[in-house]
Amino acid sequence: MTEKDWLASLPPPLLQVEDLSFYYGDQVGCLDINFQLYPGEVLGIVGESGSGKSTLLNCLSGHQPPSSGRVMFDHRQQGLVDLFALSEPERRLLMRTDWGLVRQNPRDGLRMNLSAGGNVGERLMAVGARHYGHIRGQAEQWLGRVEIASDRLDHLPTTFSGGMQQRLQIARNLVSQPRLIFMDEPTGGLDVSVQAKLLDLLRGLVRDLNIAAIVVTHDLAVVRLLADRLLVMRQGRVVESGLTDQVLDDPQHPYTQLLVSSVLQV
Amino acid sequence: MYVAVKGGEKAIRNSHALISEERRGDLEVPELTVEQIREQMSLSVDRVMTEGSIYDRNLAALAIKQAQGDLVEAIFLLRAFRATLPRLAHSLPLDTAKMQVQRRISASYKDLPGGQILGPTYDYTHRLLDFNLALDGMEREQAVVADQGVDPHLPRVADVLNHEGLIEPEQQGAAQEPFDLTRQPMSFPASRDQRLQALARGDEGFLLALGYSTQRGYGGNHPFAGEIRLGEVEVWIQPEGLDFAVSIGDIKVSECQMINQFKGNAEHPPQFTRGYGLAFGHSERKTMAMALVDRALRAPELGESVRFPAQQPEFVLYHSDNVEASGFVQHLKLPHYVDFQAELQLVRQLRQEHQAKQRDKQQAASQGADSAQAPSTASQSQEPNHV
Amino acid sequence: MCKPYSGYNYAYLDEQTKRMIRRALLKALAIPGYQVPFGSREMPLPYGWGTGGVQITAAILGPKDVLKVIDQGADDTTNAVSIRRFFENLAQVKTTEDPRAATLIQTRHRIPEMPLQEQQVLVYQVPQPEPLRSLESSEQETRKMHGYSEYGLMQVRLYEDIARFGHIATTYGYPVMVNERYLMSPTPIPKFDNPKMHLNPCIQLFGAGREKRIYAVPPYTQVRSLDFDDHPFSIQTWPQACDLCGDQHSYLDEVVLDDQGGRMFVCSDSFHCQSRQQQGHLGARQRQEEQAHD
Repeated sequence: MTEKDWLASLPPPLLQVEDLSFYYGDQVGCLDINFQLYPGEVLGIVGESGSGKSTLLNCLSGHQPPSSGRVMFDHRQQGLVDLFALSEPERRLLMRTDWGLVRQNPRDGLRMNLSAGGNVGERLMAVGARHYGHIRGQAEQWLGRVEIASDRLDHLPTTFSGGMQQRLQIARNLVSQPRLIFMDEPTGGLDVSVQAKLLDLLRGLVRDLNIAAIVVTHDLAVVRLLADRLLVMRQGRVVESGLTDQVLDDPQHPYTQLLVSSVLQV
Repeated sequence: MYVAVKGGEKAIRNSHALISEERRGDLEVPELTVEQIREQMSLSVDRVMTEGSIYDRNLAALAIKQAQGDLVEAIFLLRAFRATLPRLAHSLPLDTAKMQVQRRISASYKDLPGGQILGPTYDYTHRLLDFNLALDGMEREQAVVADQGVDPHLPRVADVLNHEGLIEPEQQGAAQEPFDLTRQPMSFPASRDQRLQALARGDEGFLLALGYSTQRGYGGNHPFAGEIRLGEVEVWIQPEGLDFAVSIGDIKVSECQMINQFKGNAEHPPQFTRGYGLAFGHSERKTMAMALVDRALRAPELGESVRFPAQQPEFVLYHSDNVEASGFVQHLKLPHYVDFQAELQLVRQLRQEHQAKQRDKQQAASQGADSAQAPSTASQSQEPNHV
Repeated sequence: MCKPYSGYNYAYLDEQTKRMIRRALLKALAIPGYQVPFGSREMPLPYGWGTGGVQITAAILGPKDVLKVIDQGADDTTNAVSIRRFFENLAQVKTTEDPRAATLIQTRHRIPEMPLQEQQVLVYQVPQPEPLRSLESSEQETRKMHGYSEYGLMQVRLYEDIARFGHIATTYGYPVMVNERYLMSPTPIPKFDNPKMHLNPCIQLFGAGREKRIYAVPPYTQVRSLDFDDHPFSIQTWPQACDLCGDQHSYLDEVVLDDQGGRMFVCSDSFHCQSRQQQGHLGARQRQEEQAHD
């Protein structure tokens, strides 16, 4: 099978980013970004702070329209659509059903005044679930999958540790069984040992559920564990891309080489 | 036989008679006249006119008399009266550069064309009670009249800065009819005319506290009192069908132009920015507070992050009106028997359920101890009761 | 003494303002449950004391109307008396306590126990028109939530109630869906009254003066109280009957008789209670007193 045939046999991409640029006034946020993301694939976007990776994430996740270029998404009902050509309610619906967003600070991604069960159940109720027992059952099941004991179901997230809060945020996103999940420095504020445990859990979940994910981070250890492919960003541009192991073990671009060599090998 | 409490017309009528009596006070003391209030309580009159949104010293004085000096109540009286007046026209923007100035100071320049004019101010008085004022018939001090009049054309400090492009230009919004907060409900995002109207009508105490909060680090803008002026300005209207404007009289206003530091962003070069305050009569504290809050509310438009109460338009504009606030806070005096009854019933029920749960737990525990079985889950399996 | 009301237009508001309010009312009736912004005026009574309801009543009141005003179900509570007098003075309108005789009923916190008819108008005073306000403080955001029918968060609130208390713990101002489209605050009526809104033959108008919103439920419109399939909506019940008229199905007020826990329960709807007594229905207390007289 030629490479061309092989590509043609793949399912269509879930997300297709075409010449995407974003400017802050005359400052470049990100420039000419192109990539495709396939179902079940995990893409890591790495770079230092200021490299444009958060700007890119904002555009990809529908929070900020790009200055130019398109973000195409394989919509369950409508097929491949331009994300920003969807109406606002359609986009908002997408964000709370087929997409997930895990924020660095769980306080931004959770409702701190609602119980763990309420947090997980919100997406179900948003699309019309009206059976308390079923909602609760599902919430309990998802808490189990992220290794939170079921007796914490009615507790407020404020009583949870940082690692638990982050796991709760993940459960809250996964309950609607999204096909795509965005993660912004998902292990950011956590201790090293907690980070390892969370990454392990995340890796298992995205594999088991066949979820595609875009992970934005400055931490190469995170993408080493999670990502299939990498984009390396610098000054708003993608300077290198490829399979994770290839990029990390044999970096071609001087900036990637610098980035890789600055991490202690373990 | 039991008779339910009757609020009753009679009680209300008696209450009205009683306030009339209280208002008059001791009959041995001569009754205050509206003229006395107008002339001798002029700063109260100014505040009531400003927040009551009518420029009429006699009506404001009457409202103060009727409200027994409760200014928020007096403002309410004026507002309710105002609502019944027809709206005939809207004025052209006041040209405060042509103000007949009684007071004009700038904290940003030591001297400026036309000079600093102190005018009447309590700023440099020592706040000692003047017991002479308690005596009748004391002779008042007379101010010395200057040899020459005030320069009729005092350039405004903001205009001076504008020559160099150091301050953002004034926005010209006069092309379309201005928003009228007394006729249209507030809508968000609120335009500048909506905001300034709401602030001008807003409670002085509320704005003062908010303005103060921006100075204490809850949204700092490094303000300078660029210029404060007080005096008479002419009001012009342009009647429909006429191609010239008509002057309808003079009003006394206070104006504050607050100058704020601004570092610039992608769209705007570094420049000073404005906060604006305007009020009827001599209302200096009000205009300064208003100017601070006006500037704070412009945070999003200038690309600053919105982090503090004074920067949040919905928070500030929805809560600045003291007629609305006073009414809603005091509506808690109205009977709430029905809702209270509903809550009372609920709390009783919840307490019963709580006790029942505790009992079950204790029973389960004692059973567990007796038979050494696994702990029962009675407390969890109990079906919640329905109302 | 000169009357303070002289010199005002019929029913206080000028005709332009009345027209503006009537336009808002028509729009509200056309989109049941939708909050229509309107140019609320300052009224001579304070915000929070019924300025919204009073403006609606003033805008639709005519010389042939018969007005009933209630507060907490009763005609003789102070604010009801004050508002009734306002319209007696400014519109010389005929007033009544009998809901059947009224063409227009202005209410705060209750719906009369006696069923209402076509041709009648029920005007509610609304302190907070936005049912989502306690969950989302931004008006811009709540308007979007209504626009896009994003009401999951309200359901989450009820979920939290059940998780904490075992049942929904909202007792008044219980949120309703109108015509399966707009989430609406029924005003702080007890949830006991919610079912009366459903398919009611009368016109239900809601006025929020301070918040400057009008909304409406046209006759025979579906009004559904939110709930869960396995935790259905239910109304308050009392183990007691009314101590004055013996009614077992009306909303009861608790009257404290002493500081030793002595209390009695009486109908919140004062007219309903009186007319039952006149028809010979007696509650426990009335019977005791009669026996004492014998």
